[in-house]
Amino acid sequence: MTTLETPRATPAPTSSAESLQSLAALRSAANPPVRRRRPETEPAAWRVAGMRIGVVVVVLALWEIGARAGLIDAFFWSQPSRIWQTAVIAFGDGDILADARFTFTSTVFGFVLGVVGGVAIGLSFWWSRLYALTAEPLVIAFEAMPKLALAPIVVLVLGLGMGSKIAMATALVIVIQVLNTFAAVKSVDRDLTTLLYSLGASRWQVFRTVVVPSTLPWVVSSLRVAIGLALTGAIVGEYIGSTAGLGRMIHYAGSTYDIALIWVGVFTLAALSMLLYLVVSALERRLLTNLTHAR
Amino acid sequence: MAVLAQTRVAAGPQVAPGPQLVVEHVHRTFPTREGEAVQALVDADLSVRPGEFISLIGPSGCGKSTLFNLIAGLDAPTTGRILIDGVDRSGQQGLVGYMLQKDLLLPWRTVLENVVLGLEISGVRKKAAHGIARPLLATYGLGGFESHYPTQLSGGMKQRVALLRTILFNRDIILLDEPFGALDAQTRERMQEWLLDLWDDFHKTVLFVTHDIDEAIYLSDRVFVMSARPGRIVASFDVGLDRPRKPSVVTSAEFVRIKADARELLNGAHAAHVRPGKAA
Repeated sequence: MTTLETPRATPAPTSSAESLQSLAALRSAANPPVRRRRPETEPAAWRVAGMRIGVVVVVLALWEIGARAGLIDAFFWSQPSRIWQTAVIAFGDGDILADARFTFTSTVFGFVLGVVGGVAIGLSFWWSRLYALTAEPLVIAFEAMPKLALAPIVVLVLGLGMGSKIAMATALVIVIQVLNTFAAVKSVDRDLTTLLYSLGASRWQVFRTVVVPSTLPWVVSSLRVAIGLALTGAIVGEYIGSTAGLGRMIHYAGSTYDIALIWVGVFTLAALSMLLYLVVSALERRLLTNLTHAR
Repeated sequence: MAVLAQTRVAAGPQVAPGPQLVVEHVHRTFPTREGEAVQALVDADLSVRPGEFISLIGPSGCGKSTLFNLIAGLDAPTTGRILIDGVDRSGQQGLVGYMLQKDLLLPWRTVLENVVLGLEISGVRKKAAHGIARPLLATYGLGGFESHYPTQLSGGMKQRVALLRTILFNRDIILLDEPFGALDAQTRERMQEWLLDLWDDFHKTVLFVTHDIDEAIYLSDRVFVMSARPGRIVASFDVGLDRPRKPSVVTSAEFVRIKADARELLNGAHAAHVRPGKAA
């Protein structure tokens, strides 16, 4: 590496002519390294897929070998072969599918209620500045509160059924949706609303024609985060107390030291989460291209 | 205030045909947070005949936008009145077409849907509005772009859509706030011609804000010169060039003479606001 020889000995320039001289001196002293940028090429799709599968296979193989060699304590960590056997049984008798359906349903309901409710509340802030300023710190306070800690109360009040799980999922989603939608409402182009008023539009017309369509892309962009939160809420609700669900199943497996079953539950949950994420992402892409028409 | 040889600022009613728009001794003062009052517009007084093309020219901060907001009814005068067709319309919206500096097209609407916005707000059914707009889009250089979205259009095309939207709002008076300010010189020239065509066809009364003396003279029947701090109308002059005007008119001797006079007035307006009051 080459370093520029800064003229430390010489005093700081006092005139622009001296500054120019210093610059010239620096340039003649500098010896920039020869660097050529290679064009970046995208790796082939099959290579990427191969690498990904490879990583998973290697991790599972190390785990299995480690457990058999006694390097990993199989009592605490279980091992892939045993997890597979447990999975075959769990899926065979269909219990886990019923649990997955329970969790899926409460997540989706919580997601929809949270998004619709949050957007409605966020949009309502547009109508009154006083109302918005009053409500905003309260919403932020609610956001700052660890809502998961409220789960015992929610389960006590709403019971062990699906209601309490939906409530937990909704609680997690609705707060960020309110804040997100309110941020969107605040960023609506003031000139656009001015234009509408100059056309003699009513408040309702401005709301319908400008405010709602401007905020929709924000809402759509937050759906992916929201679905993750809804799943978290539902699972925590199930941990606290439930009649069914993957969360209850994992909790039960933990209390009976059935580590392999925990892993089956966790992997099923991961698959469910991925499925929901992919569906919502696809939905988001379609909605966004329809809403923004950005090229 | 500069006294001028050409014309005095016309005030009060005129003989037939009556003025379409009268701005009568309008003041607008904004309170600041420190409790002081900023005079955005002082004693604006002007009267515009039907079908007239008026330009307002002046430095930034001269109150042009304040004046337009007042005429559009988005803001109410502190004192004075705004009369449209002889009726006091101060603070009343929806009576003039107003095109702001930005094109302000709704990105989620197509060109056709954007152009009918004004009609839609005034309660015309979508289908009827589209029917009215379609042939006009074709005539005024937007044929084939009906279902394009704003992001797919060039700057000049967007301004065309915005201008056509203003005209389709179907009011006699239209206010144009530096509509071509952001366009390159060539596009701008084409748009000026296009605007004159539209003005000819639709017989609108136009108030046009610009920084560009050439543009003001080329387009207008009358030019008002404003000065800043406080914003006021300090002079006005007639542009006697024959119509229809060709773009080549800008090189004619008469144009050059008018421009020289206008420059003097503008410099006077500038000097007038530098001398008294706060430093610029």
